[in-house]
Parts: sequence; C-alpha cells; structure tokens
Amino acid sequence: MSPAPGHPSRTRLRTFVATVEDVPGVLNRVASLFRRRGYNIASLTVGQSERPGLSRLTIVVGCDDATAARVEANLWKLVDLVEVHELDAGQVVERDLALIKVRADLTSRAQVVQAAELFGARVVDVAPTELVVEITATRERVDDLRRVLEPFGVIALVRTGAVAMPRAGVAEPSPLPLTAAAKAASGT
Amino acid sequence: MSSTAAASPDVPAPAAEPQRRTGAEMIWEVLEQEGVEVVFGYPGGAIMPAYDALPRYRVRHVLVRHEQGAAHMADGYARASGRVGVAVATSGPGATNLVTGIATAMLDSVPCVFITGQVSSHLIGSDAFQETDVTGVTLPITKHNWLVTRPEDVGPVLREAFHVARTGRPGPVLVDVTKDAQQGSCDFDPADRRLARVPHRRPERGGTADALDRAAALIDHAERPLILAGHGIVQAGAAAELLAFVERTGAPVASTLLGLGGFPATHPRALGMMGMHGEAWVNRAVQEADLLIALGMRFDDRVTGNLKTYAPRARKIHVDLDSSEIGKNVAVDLAIIGDVKQVLAELTPRCKPSTRATWIARIEAEKGDAAVRDIQRLPDTGKLFAAHVIHDLWRLTEGKAVVVTDVGQHQMWEAQYYKHDHARGLVTSGGLGTMGFALPAAIGARFARPDDEVWVIAGDGGFQMTAAELSTCAQEGLKVNVAIINNGYLGMVRQWQEMFYGGRYVATPMRSPDFVKLAEAHGLTGLRVTRRAEVADAVAAARRAPGTVVIDFRVEQEDSVYPMVPTGADLGEMIRRPAPSPIVETARDSDEDEVPR
Ligand SMILES: Cc1ncc(C[n+]2csc(CCOP(=O)(O)OP(=O)(O)O)c2C)c(N)n1
Ligand SMILES: [Mg+2]
Repeated sequence: MSPAPGHPSRTRLRTFVATVEDVPGVLNRVASLFRRRGYNIASLTVGQSERPGLSRLTIVVGCDDATAARVEANLWKLVDLVEVHELDAGQVVERDLALIKVRADLTSRAQVVQAAELFGARVVDVAPTELVVEITATRERVDDLRRVLEPFGVIALVRTGAVAMPRAGVAEPSPLPLTAAAKAASGT
Repeated sequence: MSSTAAASPDVPAPAAEPQRRTGAEMIWEVLEQEGVEVVFGYPGGAIMPAYDALPRYRVRHVLVRHEQGAAHMADGYARASGRVGVAVATSGPGATNLVTGIATAMLDSVPCVFITGQVSSHLIGSDAFQETDVTGVTLPITKHNWLVTRPEDVGPVLREAFHVARTGRPGPVLVDVTKDAQQGSCDFDPADRRLARVPHRRPERGGTADALDRAAALIDHAERPLILAGHGIVQAGAAAELLAFVERTGAPVASTLLGLGGFPATHPRALGMMGMHGEAWVNRAVQEADLLIALGMRFDDRVTGNLKTYAPRARKIHVDLDSSEIGKNVAVDLAIIGDVKQVLAELTPRCKPSTRATWIARIEAEKGDAAVRDIQRLPDTGKLFAAHVIHDLWRLTEGKAVVVTDVGQHQMWEAQYYKHDHARGLVTSGGLGTMGFALPAAIGARFARPDDEVWVIAGDGGFQMTAAELSTCAQEGLKVNVAIINNGYLGMVRQWQEMFYGGRYVATPMRSPDFVKLAEAHGLTGLRVTRRAEVADAVAAARRAPGTVVIDFRVEQEDSVYPMVPTGADLGEMIRRPAPSPIVETARDSDEDEVPR
C-alpha cells in the first residue's frame, strides 16, 4: 500500500541488489531505465556472482518508499533480470572501496598516516610529497575519512561505489536462480 | 547474445536426420510456426537474404510505402486481433523509419515483433554503409530487443521474442539480424520449439484471497463507486467479466480512450470516456465518487487532470498486471497485481448485489444538464459538423465497424459519438498520439478482421502524413473506407491556439490536395460531402464499393471539442461549449428521427 498523498515517506539512500543475465548490453538497459524514469542513482556496481552466467549489481538510490517500490517493479520488467531485492538497512554488509591521494610531506606525513590508521585504512603508495590511502568500509566511514584528510589536501579520490549483501545468518532472499537459458533448456 | 541451450536429458531427442536451413529460411519458418499469416515490410540490402527466401513460405508479405506504415500496420493488426503483429525492415534508414511506430506500440502496450536486417557482424561498429545501432536506438521503446549474429540463434531468439511480446503486459520487441546470420546455415529441427531463454518474471503477489476480500468490503461499503476501465480490459479479454461485475455491483463505468469497447457503450451503466475530453457527467462522477475501481488503466495525465485535486473523496482500488504502475501517478488504498480477467472472476462473487440507485440517479441528472449544453442533438442546419458525420456513421454501420482513428479533434469526436459496444472495435493511438497512424493501422486491421467493415476516421493533417499507403491498398486490392474529417486546419492545435494562445493561428491552417483526385490517382474511389444530407448516400456508396473509398468530408472549420479540461487543470473545471453554441442554438426538438438511417 502506498502512503497517502501529501505524506511522502522520507527520502534516503536505499540499496538494491539485482541478479542479471551476463549478456552484452545489460548494464546499458539498467542505466537506461534509471535515466528514463529519473531515478537518482548514488552508485551502481556490477560484477560476477557465485553462478556462471549471472552478474550481480548493487544499486544505491536516493528515494522514498513509494519510489523504491517502483524501482524494484521496473527492474523486474527487464527481460535480462533474474531477481532484485531491496536490502533491509539493518541486515546488510555494505562496502565501498576508495583510493585517496593526499598531500603528505615531511611535516605532515606522520599525521596523515595516523589518521588513516584510525580508520583502518592502509597506505598503499608513497612519494616524497604525497601518498595514496586505500580504505574499504561503509559509505559513511569513507565519507568520514575523506573529511579528516581534507585539511591535508586531497589531490584525487576514486570510489568503487557500494557492493552489498545480506549479513551472514540472514537468509539470501531466494534460492539461487538458473540463467534464463538454462531454464529454457530444462523445459521449465 | 546468449546461445541456444544444450539439450537436457528430459527433452525429446531431435529428429534423426537434422535438416540444414539458412538463417533467412529460419526467420520465415519460425514465423509460420508462430502462426503469423501476414507481415508488413520493405526490403533493402541488409534484409535481402530474408526476402530472397520468402517465396518458399506461406507468410503473406505486404509491401508498404514507408516503414512507419509497416510498423503501424503490424500494430493495427495486433490491436484489432489480439495476436502478435509483425513488420520487417532493412538496416539503417529502414529501421529508423520504424521508430515512431515502435514507440506508438510501446506506449499502448501492443504486442508486435519487428525484424530488422543489420550489416554483417564483422562490420558492426565500423560505421558501415547503412549501419545504425538499432538495438541502442530502440532500447527505451521496446519491451526488449536482441541482436542476432549467428544462424543458430535465429530460431530460439525469434521464439523468445514472440514469447516476450505476448506475455505479461504485452509490448513491442525488436530482433536485429545481421546479414551473415541470414546467409549462414545450421542444423534445424522443426520439432524443436525451444526458446533461447525463458525470462524470469516477478512472482505474482496480488489477487490473494485477503486482497480480494478487502476489495469486496470496500466495494460493498461504497455509496458512490465508479469503475475506471482501461485498455487492460480489452487486452485481457475481460469484457464478459467486467459486465458480470457491473451487473452485480451496479457500479457505473467510465472508460479511458483505449478502454472504449471493453464495456458496451449502449449499456445503461456506461458513462463514456473520462478525462480531458470526457463528457461533463463522467468527470463529475470521478470527482464525486467515494470509491474508484481502476481496472487495467494507468491514471494517465490526460485522464486525471490536476493530481492534487483528483477524485478527492474517493478511496482507490487499482488492479493491474504491471506492479510498476501502482502508485506511479495516484496513490491507492488497495492494489491487486494480476490478470484483470481472473481478478474480476474471483472478485464478483465476493461482492454484494446492489443497484446503487441513488448514485445512478445523481449521475443521470448531470447528464440531463449536459445534454442542453453539449452536442447531444444533432439537427441538420445545412452545415456539416464532424459530430454529424461520426454520429451518422455510427448509426449507418450499426456500431459494428472496426474504426481506426488518427490523432486530433476527429479522434475525440469519434470517442464521443461512435458508441463502441465491442472490444477491439476502436483502434487508436492513445499514449503517443501519433498522427499518421490511422490509414496504415487500418490496413493492418483489415488483415486481422477480414469479415468486418473497417473505417478510417482521420484529419486532413494526419491523413497526409501516411497517405502514400493508399497505394498499398491499391496494390494489395484492399477494401478500407476512409473518412477524412477535413476542417482545413491542424484542428486540435488550432483549438488550443483559440483557447490558450490568443487566437493566433500559427502554422495550423493547412492546404490539402484534392482528396477525391488523390484517391482517383491511386485507382481508388473518391467522394466529397459538404452537407449533412449527403452523408448517408456517401457512406452507403462507400460500403457498397468493392475497393477502398476515400470520402472528403468538408466540415465546419473552426469547431472545437467540448468539454475540455485544460492541461493540468482540475478535472471538475471543464471548458463547456459556449452557449448558445452554433449547433444547439438552432436545435429543433426531436431531431433524432431526421437523421438519415
Ligand atoms: C506526428 C505528430 N505530430 C504532431 C502532433 C501534434 N498534433 C496533435 S493533434 C494535431 C492536429 C491534427 O490535425 P488533423 O490531422 O487535421 O486533425 P484535426 O485535429 O483537425 O481533427 C497535431 C499537429 C502529433 N500528435 N503527432
Ligand atoms: Mg484538420
């Protein structure tokens, strides 16, 4: 049931995990859907899943409840889609990887390294006046580290966008699906 | 491109002696297997192998004059029959010419398969002659599309394409086949009907006993329920179930443009079309209802007007096959996702029988008021109004024709004055509002409904967009009756200029060729009608003639469609026919009998 008009639910970032056929153009179809419907993507990642022939997407979208329901429903209409679920915010492991190039000379290097360590981030490359910090953490923690490093001088930053799955012990939303081709072959 | 899946043990072994086929041959063979009797198309370099193989198959090919025509023909065929329509074009310009027709089918959820030739696979991406990324271009206007680069994939992918077009919420799909995939060959087993893939679908959620019980409770408690019947009723073949539901619950029915015919217009509970050009009593009923029961419709902005003030007193039940429609435009109290035919069959027995006498009496009283102000009486003043032509056409064809309209004022008058009692009796472009649709869509409908009378109702502007298809009628020996509502303007735009742009008629006066001579130039019959007294004879002559007849109805030039809810205005705020109206002003009593029969 949708909320009554005039009382839209809060807009917040929501995480959807979609399993899609690993076929050419599938990412284009997903991206085209979001563009066409005007949904506001915060991040979109794609990669392998545990089953050959299927890829997994993690899509983070800023929207309210009613829009979230339609995001899911519209994704279901993609022929290449196998399944999609919005992950429950409290029951999710979500990670974002960032590389941050920071100014760090003789006077500031120790402080930069210390700040990184406070976040469990690692220094993965060093030059006389700058270094590269790698962090894998939740979106919020990556944002926090960035803010802490900002005063030293952030030269460049790159993020993968979130990947997510339900927490250990939380049932996967449904049994592993077949690829649509395998489904056709098995006559189901 | 996913390849054909390998056989699994529980699938019967292929025929002993595998046969060889080219990709080109398999295109037609699979179409035959899918029951396709006619395709509409236009050849060119990248699709020539397929055309070369065509004479060996039973599929009839209709050569069009522009690929847009082919797309609308396939669409018209599908709308008039409920089966999948098929159109074929070459790569590049052939394929891009289909685009308007594909988008038209997409917005109205019409099942069509479009087959395009593509440059050979080794040339893809090289900007080769007549290479266009057609799967890219049509991505947002198809349900799905495929690029086939190997002969092995032709059969399984085409079968998947038909499956996708016709299942769930129907829609157009496109299969782009490279020239080398058509020329190459592979083993083919005619008994093997497997799809390349069986797409996953969202597990059904609605239609549960609980949801149906809650719907029945809402309906039983409502004093002023109103059914909003959409295209979904027609597409699901749910007309009988809707009738049963209405007769049990007593709820009146307002229709969307594409829902017309899904409920008999002459039934006492039929109110007619709602929305921008809905009659006053229909829109008032929407605004006064305490329960809306939306069946296979999507609350398009032309139906709702201002969403903030839409149906303010009503709770809302929404039944639709497509869960992404729920809450898209209008928040609802109860959604049931499912096939509307099945949902109605299960819902009706759960509802209490009722006549809703008070509610119906209230609507009838509104109708009485509207009859004075809107064109309800159609006297012969010597002048010819479009409303006359359409009203008379309805009488003379006993409401039984398949009417295919174009887009504009005449389309709205058709919806108001031709009373459709049967599903698939009206074929019109609603969602995209594509001018040029009518004549080619009527050619498609001609093939879909060989035993029915097919009438085109088009404006002078839209007719000229695809008039070249008259030549297709002539070449194929087709009988289509064409009524051109010739007002010398792009009438609907002129009406908006009159109402909202200070009467500045910019780029709307339109000069047309002599339509009678145009018909004759094609070897067809042309007639001209300038007075109402001539309508019946012309219609009768057209119905008698063996071939296509074009009638040029010279109607009042600056007539407007009333009532009208301006874009974005409240549904209750209609612009009514200014009284005294040019028609009502001269109305004599009891003119009904004067109308030629
Ligand atoms: C392809 C296309 N171009 C433009 C429009 C915008 N448009 C809508 S109605 C209309 C006027 C149609 O004129 P005509 O065919 O003479 O019909 P009338 O309204 O006069 O009955 C126009 C230009 C459209 N719907 N489709
Ligand atoms: Mg006109």
